[in-house]
Amino acid sequence: MVVVLFVITLVAGLSLGYVNDLTLEPKARAKLAKMVKALNIVLPQFDNNPINEVVRIKSEQAKDSTEIYPAFRDSTFIGAAVIGSSEKGYSGLVKLMVGFHPDGKIKNIGVIQQKETPGLGTKMKGEKFLRQFRDKSPLTFDLRVEKDGGEVDALAGATISTRAFSEATQQAYDAYIEFSETIKKQTN
Amino acid sequence: MANTLDHKQNFLKGIIKENPVFVMLLGMCPTLGVTSSAFNGLGMGLATLFVLLMSNIVVSLIKSQIPNKVRIPAFIVIIASFVTVVEMVLEAYIPFLYEQLGIFIPLIVVNCLILGRAEAFASKNNLTASIVDALGMGMGFVIALTALGATREILGNGSIFEWRFVSEDANTLILFILPPGAFIALAYLAIIFNRLTNKKA
Amino acid sequence: MEYLVILIGAVFVNNIVLSQFLGICPFLGVSNKISTSVGMSGAVLFVMTIATTVTYLLHQYVLAPMGLDYMRTITFILVIAALVQMVEIILKKVSPPLYQALGVFLPLITTNCAVLGVAILALGLDNGTLLKAVFFAFSSSLGFALALIVFASIREFLELADIPEGMKGVPINLLVAGLLSLAFLGFAGLV
Repeated sequence: MVVVLFVITLVAGLSLGYVNDLTLEPKARAKLAKMVKALNIVLPQFDNNPINEVVRIKSEQAKDSTEIYPAFRDSTFIGAAVIGSSEKGYSGLVKLMVGFHPDGKIKNIGVIQQKETPGLGTKMKGEKFLRQFRDKSPLTFDLRVEKDGGEVDALAGATISTRAFSEATQQAYDAYIEFSETIKKQTN
Repeated sequence: MANTLDHKQNFLKGIIKENPVFVMLLGMCPTLGVTSSAFNGLGMGLATLFVLLMSNIVVSLIKSQIPNKVRIPAFIVIIASFVTVVEMVLEAYIPFLYEQLGIFIPLIVVNCLILGRAEAFASKNNLTASIVDALGMGMGFVIALTALGATREILGNGSIFEWRFVSEDANTLILFILPPGAFIALAYLAIIFNRLTNKKA
Repeated sequence: MEYLVILIGAVFVNNIVLSQFLGICPFLGVSNKISTSVGMSGAVLFVMTIATTVTYLLHQYVLAPMGLDYMRTITFILVIAALVQMVEIILKKVSPPLYQALGVFLPLITTNCAVLGVAILALGLDNGTLLKAVFFAFSSSLGFALALIVFASIREFLELADIPEGMKGVPINLLVAGLLSLAFLGFAGLV
């Protein structure tokens, strides 16, 4: 009786192990494709391979190291995409990829991960919201929400999501500044 | 007690008379949980249909080998295996849907619809009848979920299958994408379904 | 205090029934009387807390180190099913009156998506520890109890109300649940 159950479970386990092996590569490829797509959205045209040249910066505030993907064209540094995240979203983690120009201005922001309220917080992926960040330098553009004294026009009915978004962007910028100091030292 | 319906009746019962969502109230969790858009509803419906079909097939094939006392755990293992296959395939090939459906993919294993059909039908009927039963019930589920998803998406987002027909700034009835809207939309769909099917009876 | 956030989150802000849609089947099926709702809530509390403890440890010490993450669904549901059987047997021996009260609900809990759902959600808590996971499960079952008992109280009143023919049964229950969910939406932003 138990033998039958054991046999079924064994067969199931083995078959699943097989399917798992089959799908490991496509899964990795899907993850990579997503990264590449995000990089292409937030960075200007590049001809290097940012994913292979990822730099990891560990700042005192962040828990884990921040990933920075530098972009080059004709061997000139044209910007970098930085992963910024905040766990203060309405439903937890909000993870962004912020593309910076060499002078620190934001080129574009891509949302990598979020589980915010549909129709409210999820509008952070939309044109209307993202538009206000482009070509702004966090040095002069206060990334806090207007309600908190900053300059960010929050999403309707989703202040918490917006705050998390701002925090993630700020984190990305701080890491980028640290990174560009390093680059400057290297080229000098 | 073996089934005495012909294939057509067997198939259709899953769609109307014994519709899993509107009549039998099975699989309520995913029905309410992932129908914030038509695409999600359809995706979940099809994923469930797949698991239902495969588990009905396997259960029907090996039903004579499973001792009565362990049949529920045995069914569960079989169903869970196919659910895991769906999990893996979605993560690898349709990551967008995988993210949208989230925790409800593994929860397909506790969808009372699937265990219910294995217990009530596939374990007592031949392969062909079990396949037809799964297809019928599965389609009933797909139709219900897609209808609910479409309703909620149209009212709450002004779009259908991601095709917007109002401008991005328009005021839509966001309530329908939020949790309360799921309950309310399903309530009214149930009323409509009852009206339509009572007229037929 | 992190634990307070978990508690308020699971019971009010992200109530597992009214915002996360876990445990809807018993929510709609068992809540026609307050007494049965209390019974079901008690059984769920028991099973959910113990199950999450076991599944969390299983994941931490067996599945993850061995790279067997994909066996999660199968092993978790088997653990839950086995646990429910064990709880039934133990309860029968240790406390027959309690068994009488909870007994009929126990088998139903195996297919309660809330139990499996919470077990899986508990793995994703940030800075997760066993204690946090168990506390999360405990809080979630309290949230389940709250939703169920409040709903049952409303339904008992509903029995006496004059409901249009086409709305009797499923539709009116769903509408009431929707209004309850709407009320709980007001807790958003609390944490």
